[in-house]
Amino acid sequence: MVDILGGIVKALQLILSGDPTLYGIFYRSLFFSGVAIILATLWGTPIAMLLGLKDFRGKTVVKAFFNSLIGIPTVVLGLILYLTFSKSGPLGFLQLVHTPGAIILGEAVLVTPILISIATSAIEAVDPEIMNLSKTLGASESQASITVLKEALNGVLLSNIASFNRAIAELGVALLVGGNIAGLTDVLTTAISRYTARGDLDLAIALGILLMAIVFGINMIVIAARKAKFLITLGRSPQ
Amino acid sequence: MKGVTKIFGDKTVLDNINLQIQKGETLALLGPNGSGKTTLLKILAFIENPSSGEVKFQGATVNFKNAEKTRLKSTLVFQRTILFNTSVYENIVYGLKVRKTPKNIRDEEVRNALKLAKLEGFEKRPARKLSGGEQQRVAIARALVLKTPLLLLDEPTANLDPKNASLLEEVIATVNREMKTTIVMATHNMFQAKKLPDRIALMSDGRITEIGTPTEIFGTLSKNLASFAAVDNTFTGTAKTTSAGTTIVDIGNRVQIEAAAQRQGVISVFVNPQDIIVSSDAVLSSARNVFKGRVIEIVDLGSLVKLRVDIGKPFTVQITKRSFDEMQLNLDRTVFLTFKASSVQVI
Repeated sequence: MVDILGGIVKALQLILSGDPTLYGIFYRSLFFSGVAIILATLWGTPIAMLLGLKDFRGKTVVKAFFNSLIGIPTVVLGLILYLTFSKSGPLGFLQLVHTPGAIILGEAVLVTPILISIATSAIEAVDPEIMNLSKTLGASESQASITVLKEALNGVLLSNIASFNRAIAELGVALLVGGNIAGLTDVLTTAISRYTARGDLDLAIALGILLMAIVFGINMIVIAARKAKFLITLGRSPQ
Repeated sequence: MKGVTKIFGDKTVLDNINLQIQKGETLALLGPNGSGKTTLLKILAFIENPSSGEVKFQGATVNFKNAEKTRLKSTLVFQRTILFNTSVYENIVYGLKVRKTPKNIRDEEVRNALKLAKLEGFEKRPARKLSGGEQQRVAIARALVLKTPLLLLDEPTANLDPKNASLLEEVIATVNREMKTTIVMATHNMFQAKKLPDRIALMSDGRITEIGTPTEIFGTLSKNLASFAAVDNTFTGTAKTTSAGTTIVDIGNRVQIEAAAQRQGVISVFVNPQDIIVSSDAVLSSARNVFKGRVIEIVDLGSLVKLRVDIGKPFTVQITKRSFDEMQLNLDRTVFLTFKASSVQVI
């Protein structure tokens, strides 16, 4: 019989004691997902700006494509990436399988559709005349586009936060391309699955608590940021 | 502008516009909604390119594919006030930052612009939280601070109460006079069109129908003017003199206005919204014109309220917010409009 309450107590003790294995996994997860978001933002934002600001043939198809990829099962993406990065795959020469790089890249690919969709909506929601306004105040096309992006900043930040949530809470990609190697490529989700299977429930519960703490923590940041929006708005320059 | 045409889809918004604007002049574009004024202004702001035709600015033909440098010499204040989601200061300083103006000069220019627009002390306030009139002044200050040779204004006082409107008109006149700025403004306010500009261009259906000084335009072209539905309280009708020495003008839909002037035949008349009294019951007075009508539109201008009342023909009237509240007016209410025969101006 599983002693749930006892498990929770032991888990809290592990957390409060600063257990190195626990916190190693914790910081590794934050790091992998954090870098993944940065990568996704770097390649996703220009795409979102293109979709949000310009009209071109096939735009609806492109938007639908990204929208539909939002819900891709992580394990399916994990499988696709594993096949791509494996020795016999097209990117096998990169030798990424079972490395932290594979997880970072994999999570970045995973969250790109959601980042693009939310950011595009945010940019589309900006008053369409802001572009013209910026130009008539002397801005070049690119300066005006940046101004629109800044007007959409709240939505773009939201897309980053939603992406981070998705990345840190996913299992399939990290497991399949990372390999769940202890101390190297195990993250919160994969470690929970390993310890649960092994019967190390204290650790599993502790990791679960930390994961939930991250999710709640992010929500609290979003709420606080909304309240502080007034201050963010004032300090921000449209350039 | 030579032969400038602009087509959106299957709609010709501007049709073969030929226009020469002199340096330092104030030109008013007068015409109803849909006549192409805004599109014309956008082309002059170099943010919209003509479908065909040529535009020359300061002697050089404008290349709309590469108009970045040219755009620095003109700026447009939009009809609908658009502000960046930040402070008043950041809004006004935007154009200066784009031009890489040094910080100390930027700060001084913004200070001066705020003073001109009577917005001192507003620097840190969130621009979008200001009142409509204040927001519009921010937009104007934002344009004025750039000191461009060409200033374009799209209905600059449309949503302002008379006090703010005349403040703005003063600013525009000062800017034109002292900095020799060339100003092109779209308006459908006849009084504005009469007193501010050097010339007026009448626009209708994407064409310039007439162009001339205010005296020329208002003196002889009453038919064109009165056909602009957007010029409030302007009507064309048939006049008949009465034995009492006044004129009854039939403006259609069984509405007959009595004017103090003596005229016969087809004429155009104008009644200033501020000369009209609104009441819940018919007023017995010396005023010759009393009409019963229905409130069909209400526009809140802050301390004033603009109403459109249908008495058979739509009339625009202006009353204080206080009166509006005390009379408990709302849409569809029956009201009476009263104005003197001497308030009816023949144009």
